[in-house]
Amino acid sequence: MAGEERLLKNFFNKPKYVTVAPVARQQGQEDTENIWTKCSQCNEIFYNKELEKNLKVCAKCNYHFRLGAWERIAVTADEDSFQEFNGHLIAGNPLDFSGYGEKIKAEQDKTKLNEALVTGAARICGHPCILAVQDAHFFMGSMGTVVGEKLVLAIERAMEARLPLVVFSASGGARMQEGILSLMQMAKTSAALTKLGEAGLLFISVCTDPTTGGVTASYASLGDIIIAEPNALIGFAGPRVIEQTIRQKLPEGFQRSEFLLQHGLLDKVVARVELKATLGKILALHS
Amino acid sequence: MSNSLEFEKPVIELEAKIGELKTFAEEKGMDLTEELEVLHRKLTKLKEEIYGNLTTWQRVQIARHIERPNALDYIQKVFNDFIMLHGDRLYGDDKAIIGGIASFQGKPVTVLGHLKGKDTKENISRNFGMPHPEGYRKAIRLMEQANKFGRPVICFIDTPGAYCGIGAEERGQAVAIAESLQKMAQLKAPVISIVIGEGGSGGALALGVADHVAMLENSIYSVISPEGAAAILWKDRAKAQEAAEALKITATDLIKFKVIDEIIPEPLGGAHKNPEEMAAILKEALARKLTELLTLKTGELISRRYEKIRGLGNFAPENT
Repeated sequence: MAGEERLLKNFFNKPKYVTVAPVARQQGQEDTENIWTKCSQCNEIFYNKELEKNLKVCAKCNYHFRLGAWERIAVTADEDSFQEFNGHLIAGNPLDFSGYGEKIKAEQDKTKLNEALVTGAARICGHPCILAVQDAHFFMGSMGTVVGEKLVLAIERAMEARLPLVVFSASGGARMQEGILSLMQMAKTSAALTKLGEAGLLFISVCTDPTTGGVTASYASLGDIIIAEPNALIGFAGPRVIEQTIRQKLPEGFQRSEFLLQHGLLDKVVARVELKATLGKILALHS
Repeated sequence: MSNSLEFEKPVIELEAKIGELKTFAEEKGMDLTEELEVLHRKLTKLKEEIYGNLTTWQRVQIARHIERPNALDYIQKVFNDFIMLHGDRLYGDDKAIIGGIASFQGKPVTVLGHLKGKDTKENISRNFGMPHPEGYRKAIRLMEQANKFGRPVICFIDTPGAYCGIGAEERGQAVAIAESLQKMAQLKAPVISIVIGEGGSGGALALGVADHVAMLENSIYSVISPEGAAAILWKDRAKAQEAAEALKITATDLIKFKVIDEIIPEPLGGAHKNPEEMAAILKEALARKLTELLTLKTGELISRRYEKIRGLGNFAPENT
């Protein structure tokens, strides 16, 4: 009884940053009464509290649940160090795409985010940096004009303050509903990163599940150092598209982090529990 | 005429009728000048009606037409002394992207382009114009070479998209495209990209970061193919026509979005109706723009290009 009370109390005493938090609808996560979560890989059942303590990694099979942007910031940035900027930017409907405005509204209501990317200034293990985090729960983390613009503004902020840039990618690719303008964000972000590079500033790209399409074919692949979480789906084309194109089943582990590492496309696969410390070390070597 | 499109059937039929009547008149020694004139006037009017009011889907069909002039056609007609260069020096030579050096108006340039085949056999060898990473890496290599010698770069865009396959992923399709985007932003000499057929997504954009981006009147440029969009939106690839409209992929749409800078007009009915005339129009447009860009100093050129790219996207003032 007492245990249950404590559990409930803890549940309501979530830290302030988790304004987004009831991210219980995430893929690969089944929510039973907001207390339990079943691992979609091994079916083990965990107390949410326990799972959160383990940074949402399954203690049994090491499955890395997808994190929302604010959850990611909470486990990456030093406490109270994150200061968001440009959080007010919201998408227009440049193509007058039918139903797009409503869809955006629904995504905002669902996630309590304005867009699929949260950017700000932060400290990681004491090292100041600019941090950008994509959230796959918002419109599959797709990149439209706002995501592109916010990332470029973050890059410009990094250049002004001469700070390193850390970007966590999580995206299904370019946002179809903004058409060609979404595609152009690939050019825009890549060109801005060229400037960051010319300014001699560090860019660490962290690919999380899933990083695909136009995001992989632009900024996510342009890090001085590219890190991925274990077993994240990372690729240009989505696996289903490839299967349909080549009409054959894809090999086990195809387009997963470890596969990319083996093919020389990543610097490192780092477990979530060690990720912050790893970023801290890299930042320290560049400070 | 077996390759004519459904919507131009009335034109084709009338043309055939005029032909028949001419033969008939000649054979019988009859003077049908007046009748023929009436039919010719009717034909002109019909052509203007049909070709002057093309729907997005009709343009998609023209853009993908098997007889549409491809990059190599333009290279041969527009440049002198083209020397094709091969390979990425890393893995292989991708036939879906060609490149080389040539002379334009007496000055050396580097030319790159996606290349579709003229028939099924050639299309298979060129993978239907869908490049693998080595195609983009060849392009990057030739861009670096252009940079070394201060040559302008001219790119012809014509691809359904970068290839989706196991080898492409294993060899880093995404990073190859991303690096091409960066390389183009850094080129010291002018770079001009012209969409001549299909501009399919990231695989097209990889040759499309330029000081000046032009589209031929009936070409298309899109974040996803109409078929792909229809499959995602309505789980039905047959609704591609609707998707094509919704995605706003024509030259007229893109110039409104400031994604492209110029629309190059095509001969009536499309480039394939008169490849010679098309090449001449393209050559003239290219010459005009290149001359203009060559007056800019390198620093100015790069910063102008950057500002142009930086401004891509739609931002209502109240949002910023």
